[in-house]
This record gives sequence, structure tokens and C-alpha cells, in this order.
Amino acid sequence: MNFNRKDLLGIESLTKEEILFILETAKSFREVLDRPIKKVPTLRGKTVVNLFFESSTRTRMSFELAEKRLSADILNFSASTSSSTKGETLLDTARNILAMKVDCFVLRHSTPGTPHLLAKKLPVSIINAGDGAHEHPTQALLDLYTIREKKGKIEGLKIAIVGDIAHSRVARSNIWGMCKLGAKVRVCGPPTLIPPLVEKMGVEVFYSLEDALTGVDIVMMLRIQKERQNKGFLPSNSEYIDFFSLNEEKLNLAQPDVLVMHPGPVNRGIELPARIADGEKSIILDQVTNGVAVRMAVLYLLLAKR
Amino acid sequence: MPEGLLIKGGRVLDPASNLDEICDVFIKEGKVRKIARNINLSYSELIDASDKIVIPGLIDMHVHLREPGREDEETIESGSRAAARGGFTTVCCMPNTDPPIDDPSLVKFIYEQAKSKGVVEVLPVATITKNREGEELSPMGRLKEAGAIAFSDDGSWVTNSALMRRALEYVKMLSLPIISHCEDKSLSAEGVMNEGYFSTVNGLAGIPREAEEVAIFRDLALAKMTDSSLHLAHVSTANSVRLIRKAKNTGIKVTAEVTPHHLAISDEGITDFNTNTKVNPPFRGKEDIELLKESLRDNTIDVIATDHAPHTVEEKERDYEEAPFGVIGLETALSLVLREVVEKKVLSLMQAIARLTVNPARILGIDRGEIREEVKANITIFDPGKSWLVREEEFLSQSSNSPFLGWKLPGKVEWTIIGGKVVYRSEK
Amino acid sequence: MVRLMNEEDIRRALLRLSHQVLEKGVEVADLIIVGIQRRGVPLAKRMSKIIEEFKGKKPGTGILDITLYRDDLTQIAYQPIVRSTDIPFSIDNKRVVLIDDVLYTGRTVRAAIDVLIDFGRPQKIELAVLVDRGHRELPIRADYVGKNVPTSSEERVEVKVREIDGRDEVLLLKKSEVDI
Ligand SMILES: [Zn+2]
Repeated sequence: MNFNRKDLLGIESLTKEEILFILETAKSFREVLDRPIKKVPTLRGKTVVNLFFESSTRTRMSFELAEKRLSADILNFSASTSSSTKGETLLDTARNILAMKVDCFVLRHSTPGTPHLLAKKLPVSIINAGDGAHEHPTQALLDLYTIREKKGKIEGLKIAIVGDIAHSRVARSNIWGMCKLGAKVRVCGPPTLIPPLVEKMGVEVFYSLEDALTGVDIVMMLRIQKERQNKGFLPSNSEYIDFFSLNEEKLNLAQPDVLVMHPGPVNRGIELPARIADGEKSIILDQVTNGVAVRMAVLYLLLAKR
Repeated sequence: MPEGLLIKGGRVLDPASNLDEICDVFIKEGKVRKIARNINLSYSELIDASDKIVIPGLIDMHVHLREPGREDEETIESGSRAAARGGFTTVCCMPNTDPPIDDPSLVKFIYEQAKSKGVVEVLPVATITKNREGEELSPMGRLKEAGAIAFSDDGSWVTNSALMRRALEYVKMLSLPIISHCEDKSLSAEGVMNEGYFSTVNGLAGIPREAEEVAIFRDLALAKMTDSSLHLAHVSTANSVRLIRKAKNTGIKVTAEVTPHHLAISDEGITDFNTNTKVNPPFRGKEDIELLKESLRDNTIDVIATDHAPHTVEEKERDYEEAPFGVIGLETALSLVLREVVEKKVLSLMQAIARLTVNPARILGIDRGEIREEVKANITIFDPGKSWLVREEEFLSQSSNSPFLGWKLPGKVEWTIIGGKVVYRSEK
Repeated sequence: MVRLMNEEDIRRALLRLSHQVLEKGVEVADLIIVGIQRRGVPLAKRMSKIIEEFKGKKPGTGILDITLYRDDLTQIAYQPIVRSTDIPFSIDNKRVVLIDDVLYTGRTVRAAIDVLIDFGRPQKIELAVLVDRGHRELPIRADYVGKNVPTSSEERVEVKVREIDGRDEVLLLKKSEVDI
């Protein structure tokens, strides 16, 4: 199969075959990461711009490492969204950088659809590194990769995604990807943080963490933003912990070989205790390692062609 | 030297008199003088209207012409040219300008601009409250004397219920309607599209239908309390329609409008974050569209108005959260009504034209929207058989923020006539 | 279409190549055979087996994919599939023999040498090919050649191997035949 896309904007628009093709390609790059020299010359001469309007040390580092290991030239542009509203629009900024002859933008922005705006207006590849609460496709791909690596498959697995589903791009991208690959997905959180009609995306909704965890193969805990409390979504963070924090007792309701995931960074003691984050059921660090391989695969598939 | 304009052989359609006949219309000294078959009078100008439909000039009771303050988006001149291209001969411009139209001098300014540069009749709506701040009443009596045609704080709902009550009471002595933009902003908050499955998928903050319905419910209660005339702008949800229907059945003096775009596009269409789909109220669900159409059939909604809201390319090229709400509508309205309402058999052509002509005229209390002898000759002639492609570069509006770019639409306005003068003629 | 080699020709060529490699007097323990993806891989495995049969000991055998090292990626419109590279032992101070099916411009071999050097520091790298068809674009030559075939650039050499194609043969095709 050929992967003939200019951009990677989300998982929703990918076919099952495309997702599997990216994951298979990522295997080759995972192997490169185990070599004594972890660098290949594939993207020599290509310039990738990391355009980050939201601070995200982890995602940016992972992309940067992937770009470096493919021998691309890298330009980093970080700005707070507030400074951009003062004058230059996103499109102005991108057009200015484009005039310097670059090949790809990796965009992180707080507004849904900003990668789509650039993709429509610019002739170069756009990779969505997270757009508001919309999508975070490379995160979902690395999650899918890690699940496949550990469980050998995705089809038929029961997966619970727990936390602030309403504001989570990680949840949305994973829901699309997991459903396309045949998993049974549950989402769990307080009703104020479950977005309307999310069940139409193919998931089952739970308000009880105990019910959601019963019999699952994978549990993915999402990061909770502290400010949700101030906006009236939650009475308090401590009440959230009472109801939605993971502990051993609750985890015992899942399959004995359950694996615990988290997109990071973990609020230890809030989403889950350090014991579980660092415990034998946790595959949080595998997610991080695989992130580089998956991003190398995406960069390769988008850029190593005409 | 003969004088007069003869419109020959068209299908003349006048909802007010229920006329639907192939006949001639003779205009002299600005007024319609004769409507009959085979008029045999001498004339100076002839329009061959065979295979065309001759209707009263369209009336749009809800447009934003942006002057004064945002002449980069639209002016009275450019907006009225767009109106003429769309077949509109009278438009009512909303007062949410900069400064807002809350003073008689500003009402006069609009009339002066319209007289010197305008192409169609422009009737200013003035604010309900001073500076549109929702705190004190505007000088409504003086605004009427200066020529205000209605009152509205469009863009904002008058949240203070006591003040809205006083406004409704006060206009009773002026016999002018209050036009309410119904939106509880504590519910719509940061929302940018309809709240539902598609806002969930897009990760965009939603505007619940209830933001409109809660506001409509209160305004209906106040209209009943005060026994005053209330007009509801851009109704967009199924439950709003049910509330209005019930209110009308209990004798509340309420009228309502719907936009062509809310009849044509649902939130399902917002898939690629095209900011030309960002509009307030937002595009709702398919079930809402069904009920809006039904409401036209049973007269729950009286009027189709465009809420023409021009914004520059620069503004609409921003991201979906930053981009302003609003779409232009004057130049596509008639065609969209033909497509969504007439072709889909919601209304007959005659009924549909009534919602664009005589119905708004009656709400506004103006002597327009009819083709009748001895009445000002505001007439639109369109070709029902001609379809056209909506193209950015052809808009006469200064802005091109239309969600219909690239659509092929039926029915093309050929002539727009005001007081017997052709103010718009389509290119061949 | 012309058949340049049949199953028996290929068998004999590989036998000869294997013996030529051994003639240079190497310890099997110091020898590594690396096949270039895709059709070099089965050829390497077969040579490795021949050497094992002859010497009683199997040389280290690896596979190598050069996709990520190609210098012409931007000139091909489609997306080549990245296949695995598997050299599960140290190549430091070893004698490495690269095997490919056809030697043409030399660009594949250039890339393969780059990959090897990223894996370690071999004592020596040699090149064995089943067919050398000429038209080099780089200063590269094979140490061991199964068959030299003068060709025009309008022609194309196709090697079929049992493990991938279900049969062993080498064909010479006109360009027009290839396009069909
Ligand atoms: Zn409004």
C-alpha cells in the first residue's frame, strides 16, 4: 500500500489500513533506535519546523529527537498564543517561515482545526502535534503501537479511558484509532467532563470507575487540568481523587494482566499513585520510547517522497 | 416624448393580492400605474420579462452594513449594491456599529449615506439600550422621529429582564417592534458551534440550543406581560419553534424570522474547520432544520431574513476560535430560498416570496412588499430557469465570507428596480 | 524477453561465488554474509548454506534494508516500504560480504556500505552480485560476479528467486515489456 497523504491531521480521517501501515513502518524505526548509531540519513536536506503555541516539553522533545534521528534540519518556534493575538496571525507566522523554504510544520496549538487551516493554505506537510481538544494523532499512534507490542493485537481488547474526556485530544484520537482497530472502548469520568453524544463515536460511557475497570485489558488514565475546578466542572480536585483516582483495589477489578497507560506528564497522587505509575503493570515509559519511533515513521511517510 | 417603463410578458407574482399571472406591468413617475395583459401604452424603456418571474422588491429586515466603524468589512454603498444583486430593494441595518446607532444624529447619518451612496432603500434599526450596553433605554421616541424603523440590541440579548420589560412597554406608544437577539451568554459562553456530536468530535466548545430557548422563553413571557410587539431574530432550534408556536396560539404578539443559511446547512457540515461556517446562532442539527421548515409552513415563522454579516478575509483566515461569527447572505438569499423552501416543497413560490416581501413589510409597518397600482415601483425580476455558481470574485459585497462558495444555486436575479429605476441588471 | 539464466545456472553461479569467497582464505568465524533487501536476502542465505556444507560451520548471516539511506528517495513518487535490517552480531573487524541480485548504478551498494558503517567497523567489505549489467554512476565494482551482461539502459534485468517469486531465473526485458 502507498501512504499518499500530504499531512497528518487526525486519526478520524485515517483508514484502518493506513493506521496499520504507519504502525508497521514504525517497527522498522523502533529497530533503528536499538542500533549503536541511532541515526539514519533519510531526511537529509529536509527542514522541519516545530511550531509550538502551547508549551509541551515532552511532545516537542519527542518530535525533535525523531527529526534528528532522521537527519532533518530543525527549526524551533515557540510562542504563547496570547502573544500571537497581538499582531501576527498563525497563518502570517507560518507564511513567513515558509518563505525560508521549509518542508514541514509540526504544529501544536490550543485551537482545534489550526493544523487544518495551515494544511489548506500551505503547500508543505503539516503534522498535528495536538490541536486543542480535537486530536493528537501521533500520541494515539504511539499508544496503539505500545498496546500492539505488549498484547500482540488490539482487536477484541477492552480498553477504559478515564478522566477529562471532554477536553482531551488524546481521548478523541485514541477512541477513533482503537475503534477502527476493533477494540471495545469505554470512557469514564464525571458527567461534566464527558462530552455530549460521545457514545456515537463508538464508546460506552461509565460514571463509575469501578464499573468501567471491570474486566478491562488496558486502562488509560488521562491528565486532569487543575483549573477544571475553577470553571465549575468539578466541586474540588480532592473530590475528583475520591471518585476517579486509580488504586490497587480498583485495578484488581480489571483482567489480571491489565496494563496501565498515561499520556504524561502524570500528576502523581491525582490520576494514579506513584506505586502504580512505576509498578509492573505500567507501560508509561514504553509509550515514551515508542513515541520517537512512531514520529520517525510519520515524518518518513510524509516527507521521504516527492 | 413617451415616458415610462414597461415590463412585458413576465409571470407577475404578488402575495399580498394573491396575483399569479402572465401579464405586463407599467411604471411611470416611480409608481406602478397599471397591471394588465397586453398593455398598449407608450413607454421609454422596455423589459422583456418572458420566462421570468416578476415579484415585489425583496425586503431584508436583518442586515449588518458595518457603517459607521467597520468600513473595511462593508459600507452602506457596497452593502446596498450586494442587496440589489440579491433582488432586495429595502434592507434594515442593525445598530451594532461603532458607535452603535443609539442617537438621532446617527440615524440621520445612515439616511444621508444611503441617500448619497446607497443603491437600495436602507432603513436603520436603532438600539434598545444606550451604547448597546443593556443598562439604560435609548431615546426611543427621538430615534423614531429621526427615522428608526425598529429597535434591537442585536448581537446581544438584553439580559436585564426589568429593562426589557420597560422597553417593550415603552415602544407601545411608538408602534415600532422590538427585535430580540435571543442568547443567554452564560450558556453559550466560549462556544463556537452547535453543542452536540459534532462539537464533541471537533473538540470545539458548544453553544447549546438552550442558550436560545431560555432567552426566547423569557422574552415571550415579557411580551405577554406587556402585550407589546416582539420580533425574534434568527430563530434556529426546534424547541424555539415550539415555544413560538405556542405563544402565537395564546395570542402573544410575536413574530419571528429564520435565515436562509440556517435552512440550508447543519452542524454536520462543519468538518474542515472552515470559518465561513462559524455563525451565531450556530448551524444546528438536521431535526432543527426540519422543524424550521415546518414552522414556515404553519406561519410560526413569518419572515426569512439574511443576517448578512460581512467579515474580511483577514478576519476569517484566523483560527476557528478567533474568527468572528457571521456569514454574508444578501446575494444568495433568494436562490437558497428557491432551493431549500420551494424546490423541497416546503412552501409554494408565492408563499415563499411572501416571507421575503409583504410579511416583513407588515411587521415593520411600511408601504412596501407589494406590486399594486399607485404604489412605489420596487420590483425584482428573476430567471427561475437559470442556475449559477457562487464565486468569491463576483460578490458585490466588500466581503466574501459565504459558506456557499462553490455551490450551484437555482434562480438568478436579472433586474432590480426601485421607484421605476433599474438599480441592478445582471450580466448576460 | 530473453532468459539469461535458468535455475541450474543460478545454482552453479552461487556455488562458484561461494568458493571464490572462501578461496581468499578466511576463517568462517570471521566471515559475515549480508544480503541486501529484498532479493539479496535469499541469495545470502543460500551462499551461507553452501559455505556451511563445505566448511561444516555457518558464517554469520544478516539482512540489510537500505531504504532509509537511499539518496534518491525524493525522486521516486511512491512511498517505499521500509523493510527490516537484522544484523544480530558485531561486525567489528569482520570480513563482510554484501550480496545483491543485480549491480547497476551502484547507488544501492553505496547506501548499503553506509548502513554497515553505522553498525560498526568491519575489517573489510566485499561485494558479490548475481548479475552485473554495467552503467555505473559511482566508482563501485563487484569483487565476485555471477554473470556479466552487457545491457542498454532501455532494458531491464529481472532476477526471480524461489523464496519470493516461486521460481529461479534471470530475465532481460525491453522497457516496453516491463510497463505492461
Ligand atoms: Zn443577532
